[in-house]
Amino acid sequence: MRSPLSTQTALLERDAPTRLDVGARTLPRLLRGAGADGAPLALDDHIATHGELPLEHKRRRRETSRLIEQLERAGLRGHGGAGFPTARKLRAVAAARGRAIVVVNATEGEPASLKDRTLCQLAPHLMLDGAQLAAQALGADEVLVAVCESASASVETVAAAIDERRRLGGARLRLSTTPPGYVAGQESALVNFLSNGPALPTFTPPRPFEQGVSRRPTLVSNAETYAHIALIARHGSEWFRALGTSSQPGSALVTLSGPVANPAVYEIEHGASLGELIDAAGGPTAGVRAALLGGYAGTWIDGAHLRGVALSDEHLAAHGATLGAGVIALLSDDACPVAETARVARWLANESAGQCGPCINGLDALAATVAEIAAGSAGGDAARRVERLTQLVRRRGACGHPDGVARFVHSALATFEPEFSDHARHGRCEACARPAELPLPAHTHTSARRTAQAVAR
Amino acid sequence: MSQRVRVNPITCEAHGMCAELLPERITLDEWGYPIIDGEPLPEALISHAKRAAQACPTFALLVERDGTRPR
Repeated sequence: MRSPLSTQTALLERDAPTRLDVGARTLPRLLRGAGADGAPLALDDHIATHGELPLEHKRRRRETSRLIEQLERAGLRGHGGAGFPTARKLRAVAAARGRAIVVVNATEGEPASLKDRTLCQLAPHLMLDGAQLAAQALGADEVLVAVCESASASVETVAAAIDERRRLGGARLRLSTTPPGYVAGQESALVNFLSNGPALPTFTPPRPFEQGVSRRPTLVSNAETYAHIALIARHGSEWFRALGTSSQPGSALVTLSGPVANPAVYEIEHGASLGELIDAAGGPTAGVRAALLGGYAGTWIDGAHLRGVALSDEHLAAHGATLGAGVIALLSDDACPVAETARVARWLANESAGQCGPCINGLDALAATVAEIAAGSAGGDAARRVERLTQLVRRRGACGHPDGVARFVHSALATFEPEFSDHARHGRCEACARPAELPLPAHTHTSARRTAQAVAR
Repeated sequence: MSQRVRVNPITCEAHGMCAELLPERITLDEWGYPIIDGEPLPEALISHAKRAAQACPTFALLVERDGTRPR
């Protein structure tokens, strides 16, 4: 994908800023002071911008950490896609037996997402602050920062930032580079890899909070979530809630791609208008057929509705969508949505870890059937077979990969119904030959899948 | 406390014994992998479920009691 790091941190606030309280109300929050020259915010500049790391006083046993209470009041939820309440996750880890360990998930295997790379490359210290604060709240003495080996710039900046922080104290920080792959960043796969296993999902429970890395209670959260933790610890829950909606407070990094003048990572207030985000990105450069929200496990919204879309989960629920990890991929009118769906579905099927029968067979059949429809070579009941397959694979894998693919294909069929019917009857269209729009990595990981099968058997 | 059947999809190799021994709760998909009905087992099915679990060559079928694991 082009323009990886132009941080157009547009001030996308939900309403005009009528409540004029403390200066920190405005955006950007996470990328404050960063990104002007594309260089990471060095430790001194980071401290000058955000203030010292507010480490807590030693707590008595059984006394709840003030941080966890703050996160609870702030209403922070994870930014990795699932949106789980962060305080609840910390409590679960705190309640488990054994010494806890903290994992920063910056693997970002989602091809249409660049926000974690952006954070790693521009504001690594904010993310590391949050991880060390979480570690302190949990009595953990070690933080593992997982970054995909293919994101070489992120690997470099995070390694340098960890080095810079030696003088600060706090939990020990260790960088771990992870293999590429769509499911390698899935929570149990990451824990498996960090415990010296393959980067493949495992059968749960036990969940990481009870038995994670090296069988220790493990907090696994997304990179951006830790950056929010660092800000909440400094400014408090009220400050956090001054932006966003009541059920989804705060801001979020989103990756906007597709036919806009400046596709990039933006920081928005939850509830901001998608139309305004597109305007902030320099406006559309072509007609927008639809927008994919939440990435390749996400949901399409028809282009006709886009102007009225507010980027908060309670609003997106009306469209069956969530913001997930903040992916907003626009598809232009020039592209063929059927060809795009077929291409992404095949890629996703090949990204299966290859461990679970329903995923291996079901996703392959799903991708093959969509490809037949795209080519016009499918029988008359192909659309029904696609629907049946999307039902069949749900909740039948060790991880949520088959469910995500099913959601993506099901949503494509509903949103692009006219195009799918047309292809089923007449085969390829003029637009099929145009260059692909939805971002995918240059290479797939079918080799990873074979390795997985070898490991599993 | 109710009991349910669950399959470990990673270890399952589609031998299909479970569907023969517990057809009330398990059918097979077109590739031979089990589709599990996770509703609570009535008393009369519990021994059949346990037999099906023991018959699985890869021990992929589990009979689980509610509340023995968090969430």
